[in-house]
Order: sequence, then structure tokens, then C-alpha cells
Amino acid sequence: MSDTPLEPSRRDFLKIAWAFFGGLALLETAGVFIAYLQPRLTEGEFGSIINAGLVDDFPPNSVTHISNGRFYVVRLGDGGFMAVYHRCTHLGCTVPWDSTAQKFICPCHNSQFDQQGTVENPPAPRPLDLFAVTIEEGQIKVDTGNLLQRQSFESAQVVYP
Amino acid sequence: MTKESPIPEKEDSMLDRMRERLVPDGMPADDRGRMRMVVDSLILHLHPTKVVASTMNWTYSWGLGGLSALLMAVLGLTGVILQNNYTPAAPQAYLDILELNSNVWFGELVRNLHHWSANLLIIVAVLHLIRVFATGAYRPPRELNWLIGVAMLLLVVAANFTGYLLPWDQLAFWAITVGTSIINYVPLIGNWLGQLILGGPEVGANTLLNFYSMHISLIPLSIFGLVMYHFWRVRKDSGLTLPKKLDDPSTGSGQELKIKRVTTIPHLVRRELVFALAAFALLLVFAMLVPAPLEGIANPDVSPNPAKAPWYFMGLQELLLHFHPLVGAIILPSLAVIGIFLLPFFDINLNSVGVYFRSHRGRSLTVLAIGMALVLTPTWVLFDEFVLNWSLWLPTWDTLLSNGLIPLAVILFPLILLDEWTVKFFHADTEERVLFIATFLFIAFIVLTIIGIFFRGPGMSLYWPWAMPIATH
Repeated sequence: MSDTPLEPSRRDFLKIAWAFFGGLALLETAGVFIAYLQPRLTEGEFGSIINAGLVDDFPPNSVTHISNGRFYVVRLGDGGFMAVYHRCTHLGCTVPWDSTAQKFICPCHNSQFDQQGTVENPPAPRPLDLFAVTIEEGQIKVDTGNLLQRQSFESAQVVYP
Repeated sequence: MTKESPIPEKEDSMLDRMRERLVPDGMPADDRGRMRMVVDSLILHLHPTKVVASTMNWTYSWGLGGLSALLMAVLGLTGVILQNNYTPAAPQAYLDILELNSNVWFGELVRNLHHWSANLLIIVAVLHLIRVFATGAYRPPRELNWLIGVAMLLLVVAANFTGYLLPWDQLAFWAITVGTSIINYVPLIGNWLGQLILGGPEVGANTLLNFYSMHISLIPLSIFGLVMYHFWRVRKDSGLTLPKKLDDPSTGSGQELKIKRVTTIPHLVRRELVFALAAFALLLVFAMLVPAPLEGIANPDVSPNPAKAPWYFMGLQELLLHFHPLVGAIILPSLAVIGIFLLPFFDINLNSVGVYFRSHRGRSLTVLAIGMALVLTPTWVLFDEFVLNWSLWLPTWDTLLSNGLIPLAVILFPLILLDEWTVKFFHADTEERVLFIATFLFIAFIVLTIIGIFFRGPGMSLYWPWAMPIATH
């Protein structure tokens, strides 16, 4: 045994090694659990790309609910398309379109949104979320796995045929 | 000939030997035997062999801990048999409940018992917490048991919330949708966490399976473990705190000499049995008379108006009407839970342990806090509903500031003044200040809950309960 003890000592080194690898093993276990519990998606249902219909099915200045996709196809007055998620950004209630008031009015906390989904009346903290729209050969396709959260309406959010 | 030959008198029959092993041979005749019996029994040995007579006073503990345990036992038993008639899949879950109500012997009764016990358990557990707080019974050395108790309360709420979804009716679906949307406001990881818990972007078949699995395995197992830990800690902390009258100068340790102890059998066990039987009889009658609610099958396309969270979250939902969700649903509740956890670490005066509401001044302050909360909370709700409109006044500000942090500051400031005031005019010490503020906040929360349950109608507007329009579904 030498006179000057090694720094760290063998005992300390082993303690640190045990703590380190033990902690690592716990983290890995937690990772396995979290990965295992990730949401499962089914093809053709909400979460996949949904065929909403033909461009000509939607007259300008109209709002149409697509129930299996959980969204509204909004055709603006200028012919542009938006796919608006029907879930209120406040607490998740389904927002119906009120055609007389020309507004989305949430039944839960009275949040109100205009045709483009922007907030007209709080407590909703941001406009209604959007899904990505693509138009292929006159078919409107909406990717319900691709949610777009936004702070305001911008013209880039509108897709033209 | 040998047919009637008697069995030798000295030798027991096999049946006698079985009975001897399984059932004790009559009640013991002396205290020593009774104490022995407690020690020797698996269930009874949760109790000490002797208890302090005064801690059994009905008006001291109100039997609330025992009642919670009874309700948990009822919930466990009814829960296990309910699983035999339930499929955690949409829409089969709802059809199973209809089947249970109409076509299963005593099916509706078992469901009602489970439903009402679960709701009653939340109330009883909160009352238990209030009793322990009011008598200062969480003070050293009982801090750890307070923490275990609060953890159990949170788990009981989690059990109730996950169970709320299982009938898969409109009530369940939208209460859970509104309740879980709050998770999305957790900073940074909110969306990810929400998806993990729901098993997808919104409440659906995966959510039902996730909640069912939590409801029947992890949560009840954790509660069972913590209940046993809680009981064990009660023994380790030498039982309940001793009830004490106001102006009784003796401290806990000085009292030890003159306290009277009686044997657990029969004094405590008899009380417990009578109490449990009476409570269960009332529960049974209630479950026979009042059916658990069941609405139409869950329809993700149509939110009912109003869509309300489970009743114990209506106080939080009321806060959401007045604050940005990050403040109303994340920051304020987190602060409240942390505050409750920390109570036994800054309120440590051992002299008033066992005295309801600490002292004469404590009692006055409690009455004052209740009165002020009863007046100020509805006033503030009305004022905020009809006068204040922060996001309109500060249109360019972020809503988190204009509708969250600024109103929060406006609320907190008078609260601090109120605390200063109790010190200045009442010369309140730490324990009395804690008592005042905690009572005030608790009563305010109860008032918000009552407003949310009874005074909010369609569009979450305020109505008188007797003029409430019928909800649309």
C-alpha cells in the first residue's frame, strides 16, 4: 500500500460507477416505458391522410364538416381552401359552425372564431388549429397527422386549387 | 354393534381440530388475553393493544379516516365484480353499462354503490384532511404521515377521474376531454404529455384502454400500499394526537402521566364495527334510491352545452374562466398542492396540537376568514364576469400576461395585505396566520366549486340554479 492514498479511492470510484450505471439503467427503463406507451395510429382513420372530396363540391364562402377527419373544410370567398381542426384551442370541445352568425362558437366557454379560425372572443388563447391541405387532380387531401398551431391568420395558410 | 360406540372423550374430532385452529376459543376473559388477541391477529394488529380513551371521542376525529378505509374496501370489492361485466372498448363499454343496468342481477346496485362510494370518498378524504389541519395533528413527528395522506388524496382524485371515463357516455367523454385538455398547457412538454396519456391527439378508444388499465391496476395498488403505510405510521407516531381543551396549559409530554388507556378489544373494535355497519347501511340505502348518472353514448362531434368537468374539478374550471389556462390550471393548483405538502414544515407549534383551531384568536380568525371568503369570492367572480376585461383593455399584450399574470397579481396583492392585517390588528403568530390564509383559500375554492356546479349554465354564463336552462346534448 502506498503512503499517498489515490484520489478518488477505489471505494469511491466503485460507488460513483455504481451510481452512474445504476442511474443509466433506470433512465433506460423509463425510456422503454415511454416508448412503449407512445400513441398507436391506425391507417385510414383520424391521424392519416383523409380525402375530403372534390374541389367543386365546396362552393366559395362555405364551411363543411368532415366528421371522420375531425375538421372543417373552409372555402373562403376568394376560392382558397383551409382545413380547420374542429377542436377548441381552449379546452378541447368540438366547435360547431353557426351559419347564421357566420362564426365558430364553442359551447363550453363561449370562445368565438371567424371563418378563418381566428379568435373573436376569448378565452381561447390562439386561433383554431389547421391541418395541411394538398390538392391533387381536383381532390382535396388533408393530412390529419400534421397539426399546424398558429398565433394568427396569414395568407400562406390558404391553399388555392 | 359398533355403530353407536362413542368417540373417546379425550380425543377431538377432525372438525373440532379445524375449528380450534381457525376460530379463537371464545372471547378472552381478562385484559391480558384481549391484548394478546390483538397482537395475534393479522387484521387487528393494525391496532395497538391499548388506546388512549380520549382519542376515541367521536367529536374529535369524527371517524373520518376509518370511513375512508371502509369506502375504499367497498370500492375494491364492487370494482372487482364490475370488471366481470365490462369491456374497455368503444362503443362496447357503453353497451355493457346498459346491459349491467338492465340485465344483470343487482348490476345497477353494484354500479351505484361504486359510483357513490367513489364520490363520497373524495368528500370524506378532504374532511379528514381538514380535521387533521384544524387540530394541528400534522405537526412533528407526524409530518411524514401528512405527506402520505396528501399523496393518497391525489391518487383518490386520479382514481375517480380515470373511472369517470369508463361508462363512455357523453358526460364521461366531455368531462375527460375538458379535464385532459388542461395537460396541453404544461409548458414545453404539454402536447407530448397529453398525447401520451390519451394515447392519441384526442380522447378515443386508446384513452379508454389507458384509463381502464390505470384505474384497475396501478392506482388502486398504489393506494393500497400507501394506506398500509399510513396505518403503520399512525402506530409509529403513537396513535392519534390527544384532544385538548382551549386554555389547557399541559403540553403533550406532560400529559402522558395522567392519560387513561383502555384495551382495544372491546372499546375501539366495537366502536369501529358499529360505525362501519351504520355507515354501510346508509350508503346502501342511498345507492338503492339514487341511480348513478348515465347519458347518451359518447359522440365526439357534439359537445354538450355546457360541458363540465367532474364536480371536484369545477373549482378549477371556474378559475379557468377568469385566468389564462397556464395560470388557472397549472400554476395555481401546483402552488396549492405544494403549499399543502409544506404545511407541517412551517407550522410547528406543538403546544396547540389537539386543540381545534389552535386558540381563542385562532377561532376568531377562522370565523373571519370563512366570512370574508364567502363574501369576497362571489364578489370577485361577478366583478370579473361583468366589469373586468383585461384582454380588451390590454389588446396588444400577450394573453398570458393580460389574462393571466396581471389578474393573478391583482388577486395576490390583497391577500398579502390581508395577512399583514392579521399580524397588525390581531397580533397573529405563525400558526394563526397559516390558519387564516389556508381557511380563506380553502373556503374560496369551495365557493368557486359551488358556483361552477350550480350557477354555470349554457355557454358557461351565470344563472340562478332555479332558473337554469336545460343543457343541450
